[in-house]
Amino acid sequence: MLFRFIIILTAMLCSLPVYAASGLKNVELHDLYFGEVLYYAYQDRPFEALARLDNELSQYYELDERELDSLHFHLGQAEFSVGDLELQYRMNQRAGKAIQAVLGDGLDLATRNIAALQLARLYYRKDDPESTLYALDLIRENPDKSRYEEKYSLDNLRGKPPETFKTDVAYLRALALIDTGQFSKAVDILQELREEKSLKGFVLYNLGIALIQSGREEEAMAVLDELGRLDTDDRALLALKDKTNLKLAYRYLDRGDAKKAQMYFERIRLDGPFSNRALLGAGWVAAAQGRFDRALVPWSILHKRSVTNDAVQEALMAVPYAYSKLEAYGNAANLYDHAMDVFAAEIDSLDSSIKSIRKGRFLTALLNEKADKDKNWVVNLRELPDTPETRYILELMASNDFQEMYKNYKDLAELRHHIDKWLADLRVFEEMIEIRRKYQEPLLPVVEEQFKKIDARVKLRLEQRNNLASKLKNLLIAPRPEYLATATERQALDTVMALEEIIKARPEAVDAQTLEKVRRMRGILLWRVRSEYDQRLTDAYNNLIALDRDIDKMKLRYNSFIRTRQAATQSYEGYTIPIRQLRTRLFAAQRKLKGTMAKQGRMLETMAINELDRRRKRLEEYQIKARFALAENYDRATKAQFDEELMRQRKLRGEAAEKQAQDAAKETAPENAPADTPQAPDEKSSVEEAPADRPAVKKPSSFKQKLLSP
Amino acid sequence: MLNTFLNKFPVFHSGKSRLTVVFFLLCAFFSSASLAAEVTREQIKGIDEQVQDIKKDVLELTTELTRLEEKLLFPSNTQVSLFVSLKGDRDFILDSMQIKLDNKVVAQHLYTYKELEALRAGGVQRIYTGNIKTGDHALVASFIGRTKSGNDYQRSETFTVTKAVGPKFVEIQITGDSASDQSLSFKDW
Repeated sequence: MLFRFIIILTAMLCSLPVYAASGLKNVELHDLYFGEVLYYAYQDRPFEALARLDNELSQYYELDERELDSLHFHLGQAEFSVGDLELQYRMNQRAGKAIQAVLGDGLDLATRNIAALQLARLYYRKDDPESTLYALDLIRENPDKSRYEEKYSLDNLRGKPPETFKTDVAYLRALALIDTGQFSKAVDILQELREEKSLKGFVLYNLGIALIQSGREEEAMAVLDELGRLDTDDRALLALKDKTNLKLAYRYLDRGDAKKAQMYFERIRLDGPFSNRALLGAGWVAAAQGRFDRALVPWSILHKRSVTNDAVQEALMAVPYAYSKLEAYGNAANLYDHAMDVFAAEIDSLDSSIKSIRKGRFLTALLNEKADKDKNWVVNLRELPDTPETRYILELMASNDFQEMYKNYKDLAELRHHIDKWLADLRVFEEMIEIRRKYQEPLLPVVEEQFKKIDARVKLRLEQRNNLASKLKNLLIAPRPEYLATATERQALDTVMALEEIIKARPEAVDAQTLEKVRRMRGILLWRVRSEYDQRLTDAYNNLIALDRDIDKMKLRYNSFIRTRQAATQSYEGYTIPIRQLRTRLFAAQRKLKGTMAKQGRMLETMAINELDRRRKRLEEYQIKARFALAENYDRATKAQFDEELMRQRKLRGEAAEKQAQDAAKETAPENAPADTPQAPDEKSSVEEAPADRPAVKKPSSFKQKLLSP
Repeated sequence: MLNTFLNKFPVFHSGKSRLTVVFFLLCAFFSSASLAAEVTREQIKGIDEQVQDIKKDVLELTTELTRLEEKLLFPSNTQVSLFVSLKGDRDFILDSMQIKLDNKVVAQHLYTYKELEALRAGGVQRIYTGNIKTGDHALVASFIGRTKSGNDYQRSETFTVTKAVGPKFVEIQITGDSASDQSLSFKDW
């Protein structure tokens, strides 16, 4: 079970950098909204990223010409990212489907390989090693590609070098093989990974386990010993190193090899997470050798540490036990007395913790804002104030099951917040729609009326423009200079034509000079119109182009108005039913969420209460043992005092008899017999001097009261 | 054992009373049993699946509600969205951004460590979504940033946003080869 937990822990640790360097990295951006998805994904906010990505994808799939949408460039990445993000958001069921869908698509080999690795990780997290191996077998290397090309394509995967990808695959395969009982195969793979720096400690640990399971205990011990001597500054590796040394020490202690056990205990850091158990074990090693004075050294250090720790509580019993073995019964009795006081106080504390949890304060503490500041939730929980709700259960909180349930509970709390926010927003939307309706409905008919008039004028002007354009086009084919005459010229031409009509009707009324004048006037006019025709035609085209620019502006405003008018109608029409439906669905989700959250909360509370109850029972057992040990030591101390007193009195009597005999011999000195009743033993003398590092204890008192108390 | 207990108390000798006592004792037993019940793997798995279902439901609802919100608040004919991206030197630390549109401050943002890292990794922040009329609008983007050594400086640039009938997207890019000399540029999408 412990091995299993460690394997899971290492798998999770190894997958962390993968998630951090998620499949979304190194993306050349073609779509701003996809960039926004990345912005949230990189901040480890999978809900926000997923909500946006789902929205983008659903809009994309509604399009007729999808290749025109900028998301089209990222489609493969987007589809893959859905599974990746769902995995981060612990939506394993959906993530599996999404990744499998990617595997089925015609994507490039590199992306398919990464998808297969992700799928394998997902199965491993779901405690399904057979499927993990199946998914890992889907990873292919394209035989057609040259080594360079293969490296190049793998290099592009999430910015990770190909070696890391291959190492990750091999390591995960080894873990899955251990879980399926194929230890020899796992050993072979892990042996090859031994020099892998990024997985150094974890490989050695799992190799040790695989070797033990395959019956090669001595080799396993050598591997674990190598891990126990690993030179590292990494906190996770230091913890793993301490844990390995602790396991080795206890294993040798069980075998009766105290010397080796001592060596491994001494390797464990005094400020590490396993220091308490190491100090306790080191004491037991000395005790096993009968050197109780030496056992007192680590136990006395432990004795001063936080009493909520299991090992410290055991040390509270172990220290007086050692004193008892050293025949310092008084000290032992005092320390048992102290232990009983501590246990009684701790049992009270546990009772209040259980009560507090039943009142729901534990769940409130779990959702404390302080616990949300860091990604490392265990550290956060350790930083929670030492309230009755969280005391004693830090170990439980670090367990995988509790961790998963706690994350789910926090996710549910966040979802509840989202639902509440949306429900409040829907109320605001409805109010907004109503305000818009009241404002727009009376305005729209008036605007519509005015629009009709303007629309008619716009259409007329557009028709005029088209006529002009058509005439100009015809002029290019068949030049008609008179069409481009100015108004004055046209007026003058009309006058000339009228004069010519008069001359034609009454030629006798006009002299030759006048006739010549009219003819010359016509000539001038025609000369001007015809000679300037080309320039006039060019100017007309230029004016038409200028007109078109104005018409474009007008069309823009016209279309804008059309859309605004449409938007004005749409700003309050057609929302009632969707909002009602969405609200119903939100309420349904809220009900479902409340029920599940309550269940999840109860499970967390039950786990916490069970843990506290277990600790309480253990303390009660200690209390009973301490009570008996106290009585025994009290008796021994009393007996020792009595024996001492008896010896003293015998000595006194002997001396008195001797003196009497001497006196009788002298027959001159008066008789001075010693007192019959022995002097009461000095209470202080019964208590031995404590060593300099003896733990502080309360004043010795009320032994009998303790013994008589229930 | 129960009989011994009942025989000690004559008041429970009648059959009806006995049944009542048995009932209460059973209730007490089951209630205490339920309190001490262990949480099984099946229960954990079961509730995990329920949580996943709820996540799926809420995500679907969020997608629909986001679209409704966008349609209602930012119709495409007036919608303008401004995005910020960081493509400059990794040693540059962006502290804040301010966006003015038509001489009015529409967005201000102070960056957290995570947000900055997300921008550096290639994420794009949508800093503002609003509504404007068609035509030209003056956009002024300013940032305050610093180098790793702590030298603060700020830059400001102006851009003309030409809004047409469709939605308008503008990317505000912070670029530059040196952490002490980053500049602003705009990309019309």
